[in-house]
Amino acid sequence: MTNRPAARLPERDRPWLMRTYAGHSDARRSNELYRRNLAKGQTGLSIAFDLPTQTGYDPDHELARGEVGKVGVSIAHRGDMRQLLEGIPLAQMNTSMTINATAAWLLALYIVAAEEQGAAPGQLQGTTQNDILKEYLSRGTYAFPPGPSMRLTADVIAYTVEHVPRWNPINICSYHLQEAGATPVQEIAYALCNAIAVLDAVRERVPEELMGSVFGRISFFVNAGVRFIEEHAKLRAMAALWDQLGRERYGVQDPKQRRFRYGVQVNSLGLTEAQPENNVYRIALEALAVTLGRSARARAIQLPAWNEALGLPRPWDQQWSLRLQQILAYETDLLEYPDIFEGSKVMDALVAELLEGARAEMARVGELGGAVEAVDYMKAALVSSHRERLRRIEAGEQVVVGVNRFTESEPSPLTAGADGGILVVDERVERERREQLGRWRAQRDGAAVRRALAELAAAAREESRNIMPATIAAARAGATTGEWAQTLREVFGSYRAPTGVAEAVAIADGQLAELREQVEHISDALGRRLKFLVGKPGLDGHSNGAEQIAVRARDAGMDVVYEGIRLTPAQIAASAVQEGVHAIGLSILSGSHRELVPAVLEELRAAGAGELPVVVGGIIPEADAQALREAGVAAVYTPKDWEVNVMLRDIVQLVAARAGLGSPTRA
Amino acid sequence: MSAPAADGAALGARLRERDLSAAAAAVNLLESHGEQAREQARALLAELSPAALGGEAPAHVVGVTGPPGAGKSVLLSRLIAGWRARGRSVAVLAVDPSSRRSGGSLLGDRARLEVDPRDRGLFVRSTAAAERFGGLAPGTRATASALAAAFDVVVIETVGVGQSETEIAEVADTVVVVVQPGAGDVLQFLKAGIMEIPDLLVVTKADLGRVATRAVADLRAALRALGAQDTEIVLVSALGSGSGIEELLAALERHRASLDLSARRLAARRAHALADFAAEYGERGLRALGGRREAQRFLAHQDEGLDVGALMRALERRAGLAHG
Repeated sequence: MTNRPAARLPERDRPWLMRTYAGHSDARRSNELYRRNLAKGQTGLSIAFDLPTQTGYDPDHELARGEVGKVGVSIAHRGDMRQLLEGIPLAQMNTSMTINATAAWLLALYIVAAEEQGAAPGQLQGTTQNDILKEYLSRGTYAFPPGPSMRLTADVIAYTVEHVPRWNPINICSYHLQEAGATPVQEIAYALCNAIAVLDAVRERVPEELMGSVFGRISFFVNAGVRFIEEHAKLRAMAALWDQLGRERYGVQDPKQRRFRYGVQVNSLGLTEAQPENNVYRIALEALAVTLGRSARARAIQLPAWNEALGLPRPWDQQWSLRLQQILAYETDLLEYPDIFEGSKVMDALVAELLEGARAEMARVGELGGAVEAVDYMKAALVSSHRERLRRIEAGEQVVVGVNRFTESEPSPLTAGADGGILVVDERVERERREQLGRWRAQRDGAAVRRALAELAAAAREESRNIMPATIAAARAGATTGEWAQTLREVFGSYRAPTGVAEAVAIADGQLAELREQVEHISDALGRRLKFLVGKPGLDGHSNGAEQIAVRARDAGMDVVYEGIRLTPAQIAASAVQEGVHAIGLSILSGSHRELVPAVLEELRAAGAGELPVVVGGIIPEADAQALREAGVAAVYTPKDWEVNVMLRDIVQLVAARAGLGSPTRA
Repeated sequence: MSAPAADGAALGARLRERDLSAAAAAVNLLESHGEQAREQARALLAELSPAALGGEAPAHVVGVTGPPGAGKSVLLSRLIAGWRARGRSVAVLAVDPSSRRSGGSLLGDRARLEVDPRDRGLFVRSTAAAERFGGLAPGTRATASALAAAFDVVVIETVGVGQSETEIAEVADTVVVVVQPGAGDVLQFLKAGIMEIPDLLVVTKADLGRVATRAVADLRAALRALGAQDTEIVLVSALGSGSGIEELLAALERHRASLDLSARRLAARRAHALADFAAEYGERGLRALGGRREAQRFLAHQDEGLDVGALMRALERRAGLAHG
């Protein structure tokens, strides 16, 4: 009679770890922010580093210009790390660090900062993202070629499993794949292929009996879009594949070690600049995707803020997102039940469908020799998927409320304030950081640093040595982020990732016909094909937008010069002149447009090409857009200008006007 | 309505005076279509004919080719640094193998060269490849010969193996094929006679140790079997301090010094004119000349100081196709 399954758990579940991805400017300002967030009920830390720190440059490097302290905190040495974590007991804290190419270095700084607090490595809990492959595929903050990078990843894993056993040494990220346009099937497949590449690399560096613990320490960092039922199914499918992989490929016996553990940041790609308040609902629904079913629930959650498509969130915006997590965990009955989808035919069928697709795609990557070998293939597949997504939105087949439907809106009081509803990083930070770094270099024992770096180079050259001991020694000696990375660049070589654009196939697009005709017309009038340079100045690696524009411009018949990310203003100017382009489009999402765009204009003038029309796209607040236009930029595009064809038509008209050819549309 | 074409003669004169800042505008013109632009392009090239220059253009024209992933870009970055350190100006024409689709193209290779963007003694231009894999775009030969008047070194970089060396050989003084150890394609192509024997072979990634020295030994054996034991092989590593780069620079100098430059350039100009003629008029045009052989014989009797444009016009007259 009492065979009825229990509807309720005997005891309410403990909530997940609640974090806010935070950090900006310098260690002192970020430390204040962290302490305030923890006081509000946040239960873990999630450190956002700035792009120079993520890519291994000091604040005074040429490439760091305009980027210092912008998308995260600038950390150059152990003194910075000490200040960042001051008053936060590291023996108790659980800290997630979004750090990849330089993960070994930042982990070393963290270990040394903990040591100074009297916390032993065995007590430390947290996560280094440390997932390099997705940096080549979408995020762009790589520093070294794939081979040596995989070795660094494996070294961090091998070291922590032994010496920092409660640390999650890697977060395999499917998150950024979705941001780059991945379908659920691609997200599952590429993330797991990536995990296989990492595990295979570690297997060569640890004793076989440790593989179970290694497998058990691997966690994931996933994304959740607004199609939250399918997104939940995706997580269940990943859990099933992960379990199977542990059993079959790595012979992991302990089911606990095969458990799929993941943290999450829900989707930013789908957040809109138009009617930004609607993003709050999107974020809430996406949070359900990762919490609804108990058997695939997130271990740690950080939610974006409503205004991410506008600029950097302020502390109040982040608080609003944290409160959403707290309402979900503490007010609702979510945590009182066993898995609510168990036995659901619909959910099972959805999961089966995703599993089938993912297995097929994994087999394809396997045939190419695995994830490292298949970077070009996966990158091109993502660019194509993203293009298809944009096309559907432009054609109205995929509805985005407030963007391509229901666009009528009252003025928003949320963005009416003097700050435009976003955080603006103090202009003085970059100069302050350069000065602080100078003082640090002057007061440290230079000879000890040189010795430590020489030892680091020796360790790097010797493939079988783990990089961590020499890295920790360099951190203790007072070396800087830029010095650590430069030492390794000299041994490993530097690297540029594939852009994936050349391989992207042209899609049949009726809407393009008119634009193509305009391009042909103006090309005839110019005497040669309209040539357009798409440039990404600075360290921002978010190249999806630039790639989409480059591919579309090519499809419209333009000759497109696109050289990938991380270009200096001088490189862009030299390319523009030497390649003989007719117009330039710059894409910047890291908030460094105020420094980098004028720098490009200045370099162009110096190179005798000051008259070339320049347009800029990115996350650019209106006040900045006005300033850029006054500085000579012909047009500024923000996420609300999502119609690529309109943008390209503007380019054609700008070029026509400059060549004195009148409007090609009237031709 | 069209934009006015640039003044070709003036640009040509600036290149002749070795004004490197004229390079970009000159290439823009050479890439242009339309009657007016082509006329100006002819005027530009006429300013740079051997007769106008009083001899062959001074540059060393170097063709660098090899399969994708062989390490050409890193190698080229090192070579450029070596030439610039010697005070020699360098122009690079990077022929991008990637797509020309729906009329448009995506060019993205130049960033792979690690060079100083503010260096005015260096000029890098990417061009889309021809429809055929490994082929040169129509304007590349003309561009190379024009820049050869102004720069000390002109590099034409292409991707491919098997066909690209043949076409590059018709425009470069020295053809360098870059080989990555362990990848057997170049070796196979050499042995099978699909690929012409280059002037210099470079084996990259010397840091791989035994694999790299083995590749050198294999290539040497293949060259010996083909009776080409004099072809130099240089082993380089572009990592760290860059071993072998100085040797390669020296080998390039030696090859250039050993050349009968005017004979090679003359042959190149004649081949170039014939290729342009064939591209313009096709098989019918060639038949009007009495076939390719006959056309070559005809060209061999033309004045040695004529530039490609003048040779082309001579062919047109011969075939009865001259416009007035």
